[in-house]
Amino acid sequence: MSEPVFVRLDGVTRQWNGAGGVRDVSLEVPRGAFVAILGPSGCGKSTLLRLLAGLETPEAGRIEIDGREVTHLPPAQRGLSMVFQSYALFPHLNVRENILFGMKVRRVSRDAREAALARATKMTGLEGLERRKPAELSGGQRQRVALARAVVSGKPLCLMDEPLSNLDAKLRHSVRRDIKALQRQLGLTVIYVTHDQTEAMSLSDTIVLMRDGRTEQIGPPEALYHAPATPFVARFIGDPPMAVVDGAALGVAAHPVGIRIEAIERVPLNEADIEAEVVETEYLGARTQVLLHHPAAEGLALILPDRVPLPPGTRLGLRLPQEHRVRFAADPHRNHAPHPPLPGDRDGHVADPNPNTHPEDQA
Amino acid sequence: MTDSTRQLQQMARRRQAVHGWLLLSPALIMLSTFAFYPSVATVWTSLWSRGTRRNPSEFVGLENYQRLLDDPTFREVAWNNLLYAGVTIPVSIVLALVMALWANAKIPARGFVRTAYFTPTMLPMIAAANIWLFFYTPGFGVLDTIGGLFGAPSVNWLGQPETALWAICAVTIWKEAGFFMVFYLAALQTIPEDLREAAQIEGASRWTYLRRIVLPLLMPTTLFVLVNALINSVKLIDHLFILTKGGPSDSSKLILYYIWESAFAFFDAPSAAAMTVLVLIVLGVGAAVQFRMLDRRTHYR
Repeated sequence: MSEPVFVRLDGVTRQWNGAGGVRDVSLEVPRGAFVAILGPSGCGKSTLLRLLAGLETPEAGRIEIDGREVTHLPPAQRGLSMVFQSYALFPHLNVRENILFGMKVRRVSRDAREAALARATKMTGLEGLERRKPAELSGGQRQRVALARAVVSGKPLCLMDEPLSNLDAKLRHSVRRDIKALQRQLGLTVIYVTHDQTEAMSLSDTIVLMRDGRTEQIGPPEALYHAPATPFVARFIGDPPMAVVDGAALGVAAHPVGIRIEAIERVPLNEADIEAEVVETEYLGARTQVLLHHPAAEGLALILPDRVPLPPGTRLGLRLPQEHRVRFAADPHRNHAPHPPLPGDRDGHVADPNPNTHPEDQA
Repeated sequence: MTDSTRQLQQMARRRQAVHGWLLLSPALIMLSTFAFYPSVATVWTSLWSRGTRRNPSEFVGLENYQRLLDDPTFREVAWNNLLYAGVTIPVSIVLALVMALWANAKIPARGFVRTAYFTPTMLPMIAAANIWLFFYTPGFGVLDTIGGLFGAPSVNWLGQPETALWAICAVTIWKEAGFFMVFYLAALQTIPEDLREAAQIEGASRWTYLRRIVLPLLMPTTLFVLVNALINSVKLIDHLFILTKGGPSDSSKLILYYIWESAFAFFDAPSAAAMTVLVLIVLGVGAAVQFRMLDRRTHYR
């Protein structure tokens, strides 16, 4: 990353009675980047954002924003704005008052306020709604008010906590594009928390995938997609996620092997790397997705063009092309501080950060 | 055939009407007996003269009201009640709000604090008044004992006209503030934590957050509490019976106590009825004005 670091976290830890929260997270975000913090619920992603915002105080570690240490500064002095999952609009104030609340608090002059309001409502398409109360707005419009509030603040860093999770699928798409456009236009640095990997993949330059309070992998979306560092990443990223096959079943060493299902080929049984049994076929119009079962594999599926009728129980031969395989280390100790794998976690190990991947995906 | 169908229809309709009245009757009977009839009877009584065995009561129109306005005791009692309301309502509401904000914050032993504030409300007023009687007792009461430690002279709080009403006010505030606090506490807990955090990020101080966000969001509760406080300022007189009986020389007498006295001590029912009607009118107008004025500035969720 050639650009100067704008936000830096260094060994940040915040836990509640030794559980949950965030453990020893380090992260560098360049100015103007769009970073998605991704992970399943309870992985500590919201805590991480709240630590950045100053709504929580870390037990250990340092937080820097724009070259200034802010670890113990109150939120208002960190030069950031935040969009909440619930939008956190003030219900008794109308759109205009909601957007200008911060500027009024900061005693910005009336002219400057009016100009900022006009600009923000134009950018977010809220013109004509200035007099409405939040209760009189649709979910998408409320979301836009929250965005406008972040825009008028003029802060270079914007934190977003699952801002789209309360919107329906259609709206989510359009607001997603608006957020991206807004970020580009204003040159904002955005740190965006989500549990939706599609959102993270489509919006961000960098994804921070978290698990149990730690960062599992940090990198551009395509690196996480094609070269997941661990089976956890492989199973989290992509829809459908990567298939993970036990190496022993492929005749290689006992490492888990991951592969994108679009790379799996159907071949005659005698040429196959492995044989699998059809569980179900899903016809999707242009293609058919065949869900497969193999005792040593997880998430195995095959994509075939057009409509292919295959009764459940049919045995298919599959080839897993060498160049698309991602080999995970079987090495049980992790590359960061020791941490016992969760019970029931089949392969709770972490590979060396760069297993064999496509050269173009090396971040 | 149309004749008989019409008859059938009529019967069905009548049966429905009877059904409806039956469903209505419990509430109707209760309300008529305990609300409508007494109200009408009160108004009616207030228009008749006080009857004795020799002079049967006769219709006198508004004469009873005229007599009331000329009655110096009534004027003093009305003034007392105004003072009483003017002091107890704002003080108990502000105190309730402060206590609620305090009890809603992250403090140690929060449950204990909340219970402690609410205890006065749970005590019967008569019992509470007896406790305060002990506080106020000259010589060995709590207040005098504490005052004595600092060399203050003994004060007969309830026994002198200058302090009696204020002593009564203190009891009422002590009793009411905890009750109102519960409403404020409930309202405060419906304000999402997000709003505080959003305000914090925008740079609002705690005071600004309180003034610009919390207080406006508490307006519906304030309105409710205000109307209740107004009604209670006329209604709540139990402690007068224990503490002062309206004395000395009417200095702590409130309207409802005077009404009771007129009706059941002086047996002047018409005058008591006239006072009751006046109080109802004042309370009604007061509540209407409050709702009108504050409604416009109140945000309901």
